[in-house]
Amino acid sequence: MSLPGRSRRPRHLAGAAAGVVLASALAACGGDSAGPPTLTWYINPDNGGQAELASRCTEAAEGRYRIETALLPRDAASQREQLVRRLAAKDASIDLMSLDPIYVPEFSQAGFLADVPDDVTERVTEGVVQSAIAGATWNEELVAVPFWANTQLLWYRQSVAEAAGLDMSQPVTWEQIVTAAQEQDVELGVQGARAESLTVWLNSLIESAGGSVIEDNADDPENIELGLASEAGVRAAEVMRMVADSGQAGAAFSTENESASAAEFEGENGGFMVNWPFVYAQALAGVEGGTLDPSVPQDYGWALWPRVDEDTPSAPPLGGIDLGVGAFSENADLAFEAAECITTDENQAYYMINEGNPASSAAVFDDPEVLEQFPMAPTIRESLEQAAPRPQTAYYNEVSGGLQRMYHPPGSVEPGETGEEAGELITAVLRGEQLL
Amino acid sequence: MTQTVLPPTKKTAPVSAPDGTVSDRSRGERRLGWLLAGPAFVVMLAVTAYPILQATYESLFSYRLTDPGNREFVGLGNYGVILSDPLWWQSLWVTVLITLITVAVELVLGFALAMVMAKALASIRPVVRAAILIPYAVITVVSAFAWQFAFDINTGFVNSWFAWLPGVAADTDWFGDFWTSIFVICLAEIWKTTPFISLLLLAGLAQVPEVLQEAAQVDGATRWQRLWRVTIPNMKAAIMVALLFRTLDAFRIFDSIFVMTAGANGTESVSFLAYRQTISRLEIGLGSAVSVLLFIAVMLIAALAVKGFKVDLGAARGEQ
Repeated sequence: MSLPGRSRRPRHLAGAAAGVVLASALAACGGDSAGPPTLTWYINPDNGGQAELASRCTEAAEGRYRIETALLPRDAASQREQLVRRLAAKDASIDLMSLDPIYVPEFSQAGFLADVPDDVTERVTEGVVQSAIAGATWNEELVAVPFWANTQLLWYRQSVAEAAGLDMSQPVTWEQIVTAAQEQDVELGVQGARAESLTVWLNSLIESAGGSVIEDNADDPENIELGLASEAGVRAAEVMRMVADSGQAGAAFSTENESASAAEFEGENGGFMVNWPFVYAQALAGVEGGTLDPSVPQDYGWALWPRVDEDTPSAPPLGGIDLGVGAFSENADLAFEAAECITTDENQAYYMINEGNPASSAAVFDDPEVLEQFPMAPTIRESLEQAAPRPQTAYYNEVSGGLQRMYHPPGSVEPGETGEEAGELITAVLRGEQLL
Repeated sequence: MTQTVLPPTKKTAPVSAPDGTVSDRSRGERRLGWLLAGPAFVVMLAVTAYPILQATYESLFSYRLTDPGNREFVGLGNYGVILSDPLWWQSLWVTVLITLITVAVELVLGFALAMVMAKALASIRPVVRAAILIPYAVITVVSAFAWQFAFDINTGFVNSWFAWLPGVAADTDWFGDFWTSIFVICLAEIWKTTPFISLLLLAGLAQVPEVLQEAAQVDGATRWQRLWRVTIPNMKAAIMVALLFRTLDAFRIFDSIFVMTAGANGTESVSFLAYRQTISRLEIGLGSAVSVLLFIAVMLIAALAVKGFKVDLGAARGEQ
């Protein structure tokens, strides 16, 4: 029906305009078929290191492919959320993705990762530290390419350790550093915020005490066996409570994350801290920017993560990034080729030097330039060798969320009870009987 | 003498508009009305009704996004899990608490600001109005970060500025405890949305007839009496709309909690609970059920508010 007195012309105009919009939108979707295939690499935010590697590998590909980067959100959980939403919708634009190792099992189990060819597996695991390979493995198969591997160290102020009479060339225990911090009245930087960092801390405490968060049936929600109430779990809770009760963990302990610990450690009351190696690069940047006195990083010392028990080696936290190839990518072969290029020793060394993130390849730690920039490189390598990954399960989010809920704030942890309660909660959540 | 008795008169409906029939003109107008409003109606259905129905449908399944193969119909099982979980009731209590605190404070503050705007000199009125509106123009996440940084023990200035207040010290960790966290969250919400309520109340104030005020003044009513007996009763509809909108808005609180505490110390709201199940855990069924319960709660609040205030919104808009 046409309304009286109304011309039909605007409709023609609207139709033409819609046609133009549609045509241009289709043209945009179609892409440029003349050039080499473009691989999209979803990266976590950094200071431009991954973009530089993308450009280096584009050049090395000599026209066979181009790599473009797409930025993911800052924290690992948000990165996972975005990737999962896209992959669940079978997004073919994801060729490569920088993936936190904790989510590798979930992505693999969901069929989001392309199978790694045997020859690629052989090449990308050669000379790679064992913990990094373990982090990229699921169901005894390598499902992602190890890129960089992170670990936490025990950072200390040399002057403080000396005054406390601690011999830092020998392994130290949590009890020793708590006592030293109390004696010297300095801060002990530990991440007590209700965040992933709390899981990182707790997991390594349990592993250091000789236990595991998940003891058996990691992928069977009905029959999962948790080790939180075990002897090791109780020991871990005791250490957590000891740190919280020491009074040296800072007033903001229950909201403290890695950055807050690093800032505290740079302050005049800094004494000890467990944290990732970025803290050293950050301190040097502070000196360069004129916000930190050069004497502060000069006083930095580093050692392996503290032990829970004197006679048992510690199991430091493991982090890092693996490269996953999207299962729906139309250029999976090229994506694996690109992943191999990105993870060459040369590129890993470049990335470590420029971003402060340690390599997964053991050979990189012998690179003279790396050694010059990171005098603690041998300690990092040693720490990576004995590091323990966080629980590997396709339900990692539930496990970690449950731990964060029950072990926060650390001052409320009851060594005999919290582990049992957390175990009950996680089991109920995995069975779909409780909210998280 | 005879008297003429007239038969009783009968009221008859006008011939031009007999009962139950519609003239061609009004039929045409009605059709035009549908034609004009139709597209908007379809869009509304597409963007609101469809997701609600979809969520209701999804809530009947046990369905994890990363495991679509194991999707299983569980009926109302998800609702049973939620309603029997103390976490749901804790989140509901926190949400109601924040709603009550913020709406009550905002109503009083907003009314005061509306009075200031109404009485301000005509020359400075636009400036006052713009100044009051600025917080409302700020994106909620941005405002949440600003308040978080202000109160943070490391980056914040609040502890050093207000150290003279009892209970505030250099090492007060505002986000380390339930009540202090709730205090900052409410403060951020109040700062952000009071302008909204004050603008709605300003519109209500403008509707109070000046003659009533003058009559009350002539009768010797004090300012206080004029406020309670003349101004507020005549603004009932505006107050209701302001309260209803803000209550619904406050009940869906998410951003400030997400940024400031991420649900730590028991500060999780119902929206946050829905987010955690749906987005973090990828449990679409359970998350949808939480969302549906949230939707029902919001509808209940709206129905109770309309009933409780006994305001005819149609009359408030000037309709018959």
